[in-house]
Amino acid sequence: MTVETPLIGGPQPVASNNEDSPLNGVKIGVVTFPGSLDDRDAVRAVRLAGGSAIHLWHGDHDLHDVDAVIIPGGFSYGDYLRAGAISRFAPLMEQITAAASGGADALPVLGICNGFQVLTEAHLLPGSMIKNNSLHFICRDQRLRVENAGTFWTSEYAQDEELVIPLKNQDGQFVADNRTLDELEGEGRVVFRYVDGNPNGSRRDIAGISNIAGNVVGLMPHPEHAVEAGFGPDSSARGEVGVRGGTDGLGIFTSVLKKLVG
Amino acid sequence: MSKKFNIDTVANAEATPGQALPWAELGLKENEYKRVEEILGRRPTGAELAMYSVMWSEHCSYKSSKVHLRQFGDKVTDAMKEHLLVGIGENAGVVDIGDGWAVTFKVESHNHPSFVEPYQGAATGVGGIVRDIISMGARPVAVMDPLRFGAIDHPDTARLVHGIVAGIGGYGNSLGLPNIGGEVVFDSVYQGNPLVNALAVGVLRHEDIRLANASGAGNRVVLFGARTGGDGIGGASVLASESFDSSKPSKRPAVQVGDPFAEKVLIECCLELFKASVVEGIQDLGAAGISCATSELASNGDGGMHVELTNVLLRDPSLTPGEILMSESQERMMAVVTPANVEAFEAIMDKWAVEYSWLGEVTGTGRLIIEWDGEKIVDVDPRTVAHEGPVYERPFHRPEWLDAVQADAFRPEQPADLREAVLELMASPNMCSKDWVTDQFDRYVQGNTALAMPDDAGVVRVDEETGLGVAISTDANGRYSYLNPYEGARLALAEAYRNVATSGAEPLAVTDCLNFGSPEDPEVMWQFVETVRGLADACQELGVPVTGGNVSLYNQTGGVAIHPTPVVGVLGVFDDVARRTPSGWREDGQAVYLLGTTAAELDGSEWANLRGHLGGKPPALDLTAERTLAAILVNCSRDGMIDAAHDLSEGGLAAGLSEMALRFGVGARIGLDEVCERDGIDAFTALFSESQARAVVSVPRSEEVRFNDMCTARNFPTMRIGVVDTENEALDVQGYFNLPIDQLREAHQGTLPKHFG
Repeated sequence: MTVETPLIGGPQPVASNNEDSPLNGVKIGVVTFPGSLDDRDAVRAVRLAGGSAIHLWHGDHDLHDVDAVIIPGGFSYGDYLRAGAISRFAPLMEQITAAASGGADALPVLGICNGFQVLTEAHLLPGSMIKNNSLHFICRDQRLRVENAGTFWTSEYAQDEELVIPLKNQDGQFVADNRTLDELEGEGRVVFRYVDGNPNGSRRDIAGISNIAGNVVGLMPHPEHAVEAGFGPDSSARGEVGVRGGTDGLGIFTSVLKKLVG
Repeated sequence: MSKKFNIDTVANAEATPGQALPWAELGLKENEYKRVEEILGRRPTGAELAMYSVMWSEHCSYKSSKVHLRQFGDKVTDAMKEHLLVGIGENAGVVDIGDGWAVTFKVESHNHPSFVEPYQGAATGVGGIVRDIISMGARPVAVMDPLRFGAIDHPDTARLVHGIVAGIGGYGNSLGLPNIGGEVVFDSVYQGNPLVNALAVGVLRHEDIRLANASGAGNRVVLFGARTGGDGIGGASVLASESFDSSKPSKRPAVQVGDPFAEKVLIECCLELFKASVVEGIQDLGAAGISCATSELASNGDGGMHVELTNVLLRDPSLTPGEILMSESQERMMAVVTPANVEAFEAIMDKWAVEYSWLGEVTGTGRLIIEWDGEKIVDVDPRTVAHEGPVYERPFHRPEWLDAVQADAFRPEQPADLREAVLELMASPNMCSKDWVTDQFDRYVQGNTALAMPDDAGVVRVDEETGLGVAISTDANGRYSYLNPYEGARLALAEAYRNVATSGAEPLAVTDCLNFGSPEDPEVMWQFVETVRGLADACQELGVPVTGGNVSLYNQTGGVAIHPTPVVGVLGVFDDVARRTPSGWREDGQAVYLLGTTAAELDGSEWANLRGHLGGKPPALDLTAERTLAAILVNCSRDGMIDAAHDLSEGGLAAGLSEMALRFGVGARIGLDEVCERDGIDAFTALFSESQARAVVSVPRSEEVRFNDMCTARNFPTMRIGVVDTENEALDVQGYFNLPIDQLREAHQGTLPKHFG
């Protein structure tokens, strides 16, 4: 059955595909704002990776004991004012910001696309996103390189491993001042970089970054759309795959699950 | 605040029978205005006139097309109704696809607004069709956009392409709906009248079907979503139901302005309302706004309705009652709620921060009464507004020029170099890659897209456990329809049907958007009549019913009408979308087969178009052969006998082979001699003819015997024409040319970026 967004009332866990999986006990919250679009896709990705997903509502004041949080893609609040600018004031974001800032044991948080924009607006990550340099919405299968395989969200990848995952956004050009960029590079906080061409003018080809502790990661392309053979990109960085067979994004979700279990 | 206006109440109308009203400016004809007076037994109030004028417009009342559209119902057999849960007449048709699942889909036009204001016109076209889908109780799961523009190098075309593509993307992407297909065609006949059709598909459980009716006296009527503003006033009547004329003022204020964020929230909040079962009836507000919603809900219900219009939440407090009734502000819905459910309804609105206002209630009087601050301004039988508008038997006759056009067959010069001819075809505006357009649309969101552009059909999964899913394709060929509108409509259906089957799905149902010039021109009217007859006949022959659609008339500027352009969408079903067939081959050594036979049929073809010729007769159509071909393709997909399939249509075999090679960048070695010998044609004809009921497939070696046996058993002509070749990276048509894929791709990809940046 298609997984529906929750009705009024408490969040309902969506169990993993494999009930015997040791990862099944890990609970990942997926936040829905008004205008979130890829929330159900993120829930599916957690489930396919073997974890349990929980829908979290932006207006809630309770994280419901989740072990990690994903802020999904979309156009929260219509991207009005600036992408992510209104969402950062949601009651749940206060909880997330506090929990994610606690040092080594802090809550792992992943922001995808609009979620990344929210994280920069919430100052959990530096920099900002402006309109693509083409001024168009871009949807394409994008090649990335994992520049730091040491974060909560990338540990299942090898250092410098390449991935193909879909990119789809209007405001995807990552910008920051040179000092911030140098800092990010120097501290190993550039987590993903575009390869085979910069799609949107992002500074230094940056596709994703982390905070210092490595528990908070934001990236513009959508790993949750490369997790299920038959519904992903037509290609993979790992070699030949079937039609829409690319699943290079799944490692993002297994990374955090395994880190949390182990 | 209500006293600011000089309100024309029913009492005032009775007291001042001689007062002149601006019925002509609102688009009513004199005989129509007289009829309004007859129905009411008095002159209408200003508000009533506003309602009748929009609801009796061509766009809302189908007054010129109604008598002909009945054929879609009359020619439906019981067998065709087998899968039909809701037919024509509701917001959209609903089709049973098994396991308790149903699908609703519909295509509509937003042509006129998109010419006047491309971004907003196209955006609100998506918004409108999506609200139709929600109104049926469904979750929208995909959109598609069949588009037609003027000449690619005309100075105004770039304005329209940029605005319309950005508008569709800006709205659809923000709703989280994958855009899985459509068409982009350039032809100078659409210069002043681009066609922007929008299709949406939604998914629901059988028990979730909702209908637009207001029943149960005492139930409350609520308007929710965006506030009502001054945009889109008269959109349906003065914009969509009239030809453009450069001497008249700009009609930009008649175009609505969209807010996709408001619509996205509306989708989620409506789905929550349905799940909680707190609405009895629901209707979206589209053309004719509150006039349409109140009169349709009331006339489909069992009683009447009473509405206090000052309760409507406004964006602009200076709007008059007539303007409020006519406004086409977007992202609004009207629902009927029992008193017991009022609290639950309000809780869901509050959760999603959606504004709402209780307008009134369902009554047992049979009248639609609208008051302004307690004073009666509308008192009508809602059926006379919504369903009993004028019906015209417009005169029509076959154009005299058609004989000369049909006699003017295309006698092509043989191109000196077939390789150059293929490159020219694949770089031409209609055959070139549409990636520049489709890369601006999200095809991934919702995670269920199994095929999208450039494959033959868009395919989405419905049920994650079983893989149950649907395929959709839309097609139309205005040149074929110009040469013969009856056959053109049948050819459009055949192509969409074939596309769906090529992807592996069983064709099930049809939606159509009939785009034409002015019905007041008897020759245009004849084209329309022939089209409807052809489409209804072909639907019957293929056993697929029309479930709903839309008619767009007055697509003409000055005296020049567009080609008749019936856009036909076919929906098919898969037991498991994992079995879908992509349009490109990949495996080295697989056999390439051509299904069907080829005749010298180049009239109306893309090649003729490139040579500036339009005359003769469109390709012959054999619907029995189409049915057999479809059955073969569906069975092959189900039994894993083919790994790639592509239908042959515009551009013929040359386009088919090129597109199959380009899909995954894998070449093939092809021989044409046997086909030429069997069919008595030359290589040029084999490559560029647009004969119907054909497809190319690639068959794994292990499946060749089974595949051939099946085609033989069905007595369908097939021929092995080559082999997939992963080494050579070229389309090698032996004895004629060798075309490296890189070169083909460069030609194919370059055209749209060259023109549009």
